[in-house]
Amino acid sequence: MMIRDAEILLAGTATGSLLVLDEPLSFWGGVHEATGVITDTHHPQHGQPVTGAILLMPSGRGSSSSSSVLAELIRADVGPAAIVLGSRDPIIALGALVAEALYRKVVPIIVLPADTYRAVSAQTGMVRLEAAPGEVSITPA
Amino acid sequence: MAGLELTAAQQAQLAGAAGPAAALAMRLVARMGEITGATGLVPISRAHIDGCLYHGPASVDFARTLAEGGGKVTVPTTLNVGAVDLLHPELFRGKAEVASAAREMMRYYQAMGCRQTWTCAPYQLRDRPGLGEQIAWAESNAIVFANSVLGARTERYGDFIDICAAIVGHVPLVGLHTDAGRRARVVVRLRNVATRLLERDTTFAALGHLLGSLVGGRIPVIVGIDAATEDQLKALGAASASSGAVAMFHVAGVTPEAPTEAAALGGTAPEAVFEIGPSDLRDAVRALTSTTTRQLGAVSVGTPHFSHTEFVRLRELLRGRRIASDIEFFVSTGRDTLARIRDEGWEDELRSTGLQIVTDTCTYITPILSGRPGAVMTNSAKWAWYAPNNLGYEVVFASLEECVESAVLGSVWRDETAWEES
Repeated sequence: MMIRDAEILLAGTATGSLLVLDEPLSFWGGVHEATGVITDTHHPQHGQPVTGAILLMPSGRGSSSSSSVLAELIRADVGPAAIVLGSRDPIIALGALVAEALYRKVVPIIVLPADTYRAVSAQTGMVRLEAAPGEVSITPA
Repeated sequence: MAGLELTAAQQAQLAGAAGPAAALAMRLVARMGEITGATGLVPISRAHIDGCLYHGPASVDFARTLAEGGGKVTVPTTLNVGAVDLLHPELFRGKAEVASAAREMMRYYQAMGCRQTWTCAPYQLRDRPGLGEQIAWAESNAIVFANSVLGARTERYGDFIDICAAIVGHVPLVGLHTDAGRRARVVVRLRNVATRLLERDTTFAALGHLLGSLVGGRIPVIVGIDAATEDQLKALGAASASSGAVAMFHVAGVTPEAPTEAAALGGTAPEAVFEIGPSDLRDAVRALTSTTTRQLGAVSVGTPHFSHTEFVRLRELLRGRRIASDIEFFVSTGRDTLARIRDEGWEDELRSTGLQIVTDTCTYITPILSGRPGAVMTNSAKWAWYAPNNLGYEVVFASLEECVESAVLGSVWRDETAWEES
C-alpha cells in the first residue's frame, strides 16, 4: 500500500517479515543486545527476535538508554530491518541516526497515524518498506 | 530544514566550523528539533550525561568519534553512572573486556570536559539547577526529578543526544522546555490513604509504579498528599519513569509548579481523572515482588542512588546490629555522598555492620551481586522492575525497615501490620 500520511524519521528502504508488537517496547532491558531477542518478560512478544523484522510498535517505553541499545543492535546486524511507529519517538530515531552516522547502516523509521497503523498491522508476512520524502509504501515482498 | 530555524553561528557549526564533533552534535540536535517540531533552539545552563554507561561497542564508538573529533562540553556537565565502580573496581564480577571497554568510554567523557560525578541522582549534588532553569538532563529518574521537584526544565534526553546538547549548549525549544508543555493533563486523586501509609517508603514507590501504568507519558497532578520528602519524590518519580514514560508530575501543594490542582492544570480541564485507594497501592507493592520464598540472598538499596538522608536512616536502623554473615547488603550511592559520610566520620561504622557501598555505578545494571541462593530484597520499585530481567533475580519489594530486619535475621521478614490500618 502507498502511505500518504507517514512521517519519515529516517529515510531508506528495507525488506523483512512484519513483526507487530502488541505493546510498547523498551530496547534497553527489553531486547538482548547480542541476539536481538525480546527478553522483557512483561512483554507479550517475549522470546521473539526483532532481527531482520519490519517492526511495528505503538511507541517506545521506559529508559532513554534505548537509543544505545538500538544503535548496538544495528551495529551487530541483529537489529530490525525497519521500524514503524504509532507515535513519534525521538529516542528510537536517535539510535538509528547514530548507527547511520557511525556505520552507514540504514534502518528506516516512519511514524503512522492511528488508522494507517492499524491497517498496516493487519498485514502479515514478508514486506518491502520504502521511505523517501513524499513516497512511502509498504508492499508484499 | 523545514520549520527549524538555526542562527548563523549554529549553521556554521553544522557546516563544521567548530570541528567534526561539534558538527555531528549539531546535526543530531537539529534533527531532533525537526522531529519534535521545534522552530528554534534554546540555550541550556547545564547538562547531565547518561550516555557514559557501556551498552556495547556502538556506545564506545560514538564517544570516541566525538572525543577524537575535538568535542568539548560548553556548559557545566555531570555524568551518570558507568558500568564499573572506579573507586571499588573489585566489586565488578563481569567480563574483563567489558570492564575495560566501559573504562575506555568513561575516559572519553572525562576528556570532553564532563565532571566525574558518576551518579544517577545529580539532584543530590550541592550545586543543582533551580526553578525555571533550562537544562538538558538524561536518565529517566533524574529527568522526572528535575522537572517535578526542582522545577528546572528538561525534555527526555538520553544517550547520544545528551552529550550533543552539552557540546552545542542548546536544545530544541519544545515540550517540557515551554510553559504549555509543563501543564498537568490528568488528575490522580488519592482516596482514603492514611497518613501512616504515606510515611512508608514503599507507598511512594508503589504510587509511582501505578502512576506510570495509568498515565503513560502524560503529566499528572497528584492530589491528596500534604507533604513529601525529596527521597519519597525520588522513589515516586523513578518508579513512574520505569513502568511508564513519566517525565514530570505535579503534587498539588507540594511541588513548585503546583500550588494548587487548578494551577497545575493551567486552567484546562483534565483529560482523565484516576482514583487510587489503599488496595491499589497494596496490589502494586505485591506486584513488584516476584517470589514467595523466605530464603534471602542479598539486599540491594540505592536505586536511584542513596541520599545522605537515607544513609542517616539506615545508620539508625543498623545501630549496634550486624548483617547476617551469609547475606550480601549493597547500597548504591554517588561518590560525593560517600565522601560526605567519610568526612563526617561514620563510613567505618556503616561498613562494620557488614554492608557494602557501591559508587559510580548501580547493582541493577552491572554484575556486582554474587548470586547467592535466595531472593534479593529491595525498597526500590525501579530495581524490582528491571532486575528480574537484567540479572535474573527473584525480588522481594519491601520497605527499608523490612530490608534491614531481614538482612539481620538472614531471611525474608515482612511487616504484616503495615496495611492493617489502611
